[in-house]
Amino acid sequence: MIEFRSVTKEFPDGTLAVDDFSLTVPSHRTTVLVGSSGSGKTTLLRMINRMVDPTSGTIEIDGVSVASLEPVKLRRSIGYVMQNSGLLPHRTVVDNVATVPLLRGVPRRTARADALRLLDTVGLDRAIADRYPSQLSGGQQQRVGVARGLAVDPNILLMDEPFGAVDPIVRAELQQELIRLQHELGKTVVFVTHDIDEAFLLGDQIAILREGGRIAQLGTPAEILANPADDFVASFVGADRGKRALHVESQDGSDVLVDSDGRPAGVLVGQRSGAGPSGGARSDVPHIVPTEGPPR
Amino acid sequence: MTWLWSNLDLVWLRTLDHIVLSLPPILLSFVFALPLGWLANRYRPTRGAILSIAGLFYAIPSLPLLFILPVIIGTSLRSPANLIAALTLYGLALMVRVVADGLASVDPDVRQSATAVGFSAWSRFWLVELPLAGPVLLAGVRVVAVSTVSLATVGAVIGAKSLGSLFTDGFQRGIQVEIITGIVATVLLALVLDGAVVLLGRVLMPWTRRTRRIRPAPAAVLGPMPVVRSVA
Repeated sequence: MIEFRSVTKEFPDGTLAVDDFSLTVPSHRTTVLVGSSGSGKTTLLRMINRMVDPTSGTIEIDGVSVASLEPVKLRRSIGYVMQNSGLLPHRTVVDNVATVPLLRGVPRRTARADALRLLDTVGLDRAIADRYPSQLSGGQQQRVGVARGLAVDPNILLMDEPFGAVDPIVRAELQQELIRLQHELGKTVVFVTHDIDEAFLLGDQIAILREGGRIAQLGTPAEILANPADDFVASFVGADRGKRALHVESQDGSDVLVDSDGRPAGVLVGQRSGAGPSGGARSDVPHIVPTEGPPR
Repeated sequence: MTWLWSNLDLVWLRTLDHIVLSLPPILLSFVFALPLGWLANRYRPTRGAILSIAGLFYAIPSLPLLFILPVIIGTSLRSPANLIAALTLYGLALMVRVVADGLASVDPDVRQSATAVGFSAWSRFWLVELPLAGPVLLAGVRVVAVSTVSLATVGAVIGAKSLGSLFTDGFQRGIQVEIITGIVATVLLALVLDGAVVLLGRVLMPWTRRTRRIRPAPAAVLGPMPVVRSVA
């Protein structure tokens, strides 16, 4: 569990990036911080592993204030995945994945063997182990980045817009892969994005941020969609544009969900089609099977 | 030409002398330039001062420098150490700026990501920033290597034996072939050292040689996509 308590960050130039921010990030769940640029979301993420120290307030991991921990040691115990992969261009894939274990003193042979197994975990062919990052596609690089983040088997995984720089098809693939991984591994994931669709797809808990890290709304995707706290949230999630306002139209005996522009969005297959993987909140949302709509 | 054939062993000896005089300044200027270049790159205010002062060294004429150094650092005028110190100073004048520029050329994203995964400042410098500055450093070392080999000939004037001794001797005794031999041998040695530095770079930086593979085109860029991926 990660707890932000009244955290404020003022940069030397006077910018108030985060103003009195409090949030509890539950363990083994994915919490998404979503907001536009300037919302302080990346600053908040970086405070967890002390890349940024707050001006005031505290951040605790399982009751221990991170300020009392040595930054380098703390960072080596937390997985970190960033946009553009952040891989070391002068090291091969396998050495990139083994980077942090090697820093922690794991013997080279063991670290490399573990790294090869991690390539399997993130769905990469071991044949690319000896390539350099520049020889990989963007999607492959991000997978290597995720493998590196998992290399020390951390409890916490910080993800800073990890899929922001890849094309939409690869992004969708990576998102599904992360859902699968998270289902298997159950890490405490803090995920930063500006993409509300991505937030709804991946998040168990979502914090919608406005300027200065103020939480506009905190809740599950369903809660936020059902009751946007204010106009800002409604606009952010697209409720006001009718993108989310689906209605049912009957067609050839089955119920088709149509958005306000009249585009088919999915088929209604039942009010309660069994509990989803996370149980609870998600199961009372109608299960939607996506139709193959026109390309966007 | 008969002079050359009957003095091949002399040319070889002077070549060895020349290498012994040239290699230490190349190595030393690199080693000393590391902390200075790091400092210049790390702290903005020091950058201008360090780079200007280092650059000025190159403007000092070589003969006066060779006479002044013994007074400052206590080397004897005619010793190889005196010449090596002077050449190191010239190498430093070039390398400090190269190191500063090389470190500045490291992608800030990579540096930040290295910090984020837990490199300490020390390990990040040696394991990430220095290797990634490698291509720029290599270019600088090549210039220093060639310039040092060329400058080392001036040692002949103060009596430090090198390929330069072939010019001075040739002038004094009016042997044209000896002069030309000295010049050609100096240029050849410079080329050989330059080649050696390039080879060393290839061995130490294998990642710079591998080019990007041509990626297969995505199968269906415009294929149908689900309109709603998921609402919850």
